[in-house]
Amino acid sequence: MSQWERFTDTFFNRAVIIKYLPDIYHGIWITLELSILIVIFGILLGTCLAVLRVYKILPLSFCIIVFADVFRALPPLVLILIAFFGLPSAGVYLSSFFVLFIILTLVLAAFSEEIVWAGLTSVDSGQWKAARSTGLSLNQTLIWIILPQAFRLAIPPLTNRAIAITKMTALGTVIGVPDILNQATTAQSFSGNASPLMIAAIIYVIIFLPLVIASRWLEEKFSWRKA
Amino acid sequence: MAIAALEVRGLSKSFGSNIVLDNITLEVAKSEMVFILGPSGSGKSTFLRCCNRLEEPDSGEIFLNGEPLTEKNVNLNKAREKIGMVFQAFNLYPHLNAEKNVSLALRKVRGFSTEKANEVARSALDKVGLADKYRSYPSELSGGQQQRVAIARAMALEPQVMLFDEPTSALDPELVGDVLEAMRDMKASGITMLVVSHEMNFAREAADRVIFMDNGSIIEEGPPEKIFTAPTNSRTKSFLTRVSGN
Repeated sequence: MSQWERFTDTFFNRAVIIKYLPDIYHGIWITLELSILIVIFGILLGTCLAVLRVYKILPLSFCIIVFADVFRALPPLVLILIAFFGLPSAGVYLSSFFVLFIILTLVLAAFSEEIVWAGLTSVDSGQWKAARSTGLSLNQTLIWIILPQAFRLAIPPLTNRAIAITKMTALGTVIGVPDILNQATTAQSFSGNASPLMIAAIIYVIIFLPLVIASRWLEEKFSWRKA
Repeated sequence: MAIAALEVRGLSKSFGSNIVLDNITLEVAKSEMVFILGPSGSGKSTFLRCCNRLEEPDSGEIFLNGEPLTEKNVNLNKAREKIGMVFQAFNLYPHLNAEKNVSLALRKVRGFSTEKANEVARSALDKVGLADKYRSYPSELSGGQQQRVAIARAMALEPQVMLFDEPTSALDPELVGDVLEAMRDMKASGITMLVVSHEMNFAREAADRVIFMDNGSIIEEGPPEKIFTAPTNSRTKSFLTRVSGN
């Protein structure tokens, strides 16, 4: 066997690929499903927390800041392991899918909270004054004037963060979530061949490359604002 | 005696140990245009912002056509509809076009239908000479045009009193005229106006009364002719000398 043949046989073995592709295909849906749920709930929760800080209720703001800092500081893998292997000892049993969903949602929420809060505070205070002077309430001013401008600033960093977090669904492999990477590593150990991992890599690129390109586009589209 | 459009009694405000407003009392009659002059840091802008409680005074009372504005249970949002404000930096909403800048409060505060709000907004923009700019975003407008949108935004709510916080200070000289023109029209239509500005010529021509503030107090007031030609207070004199450059 030539060097080249050995290479293709290891990484692009037709027979192995055909045999395990259905499993990996199943993993794609798990990964996509998780990613979409995490992005929606994470950004929603993060935005809510950032908005709550506008009301300047000090104990509440303090709790939000502590949450955001802790969840941004800890490696998500540590949290996932604690939740999956630790909680059952305390009598709380959560499925691996749910653990992965909840932890990554909280991590994304922590980052989103900081990003949206930064957006909210960088809207000129004159906007508040102008809106309130026309009789708009605090909530109306937030919804119609401040949040739309804050999001304009927040969308590029939010997109980047969302991509970073959804890639972390691969951590689910450690606790047995049947996502793309888990299916691929299982197939790799059964077949003793690296081709399933290559397929997984290619699928990740197919899923995430458009998002990366979209984030660049968003960044350009919104960067003219707030010169 | 007629009820004052705006009455301020014993208004005081401090930021930390810095006294910004020291026991200010002022009455503005209906349809009167009052100019407030004074060096920077004299508390003019803070005073203006206290009048619609964008800034919370430490003590004192404010009445709008006899209605108390400083009482605890007063509905501030309702009251602010009746007090329009125009800012030095225009403060237009950058994500909304001119028409929507004006119509937003009409819809959300007044409860107008979108159709009616747009109609009122367009007629307000017509009045300030921006009939061709309904769809323009603030970034597409000159400073003078932006400030006129801001005036239309305040006027569309049909306020009883208008507050102007240095409305022309951020404008290029050749754009000032249009804004002053809009203010002249407003005065002609009988709106009560309280103006902080350095447009001395405009004050001399249009104001009914001029107030000179320094260190958080009103130290001199009177008709413009008197303040500009024969001020009695030495600080007023030195200020007018400095700004006129003589």
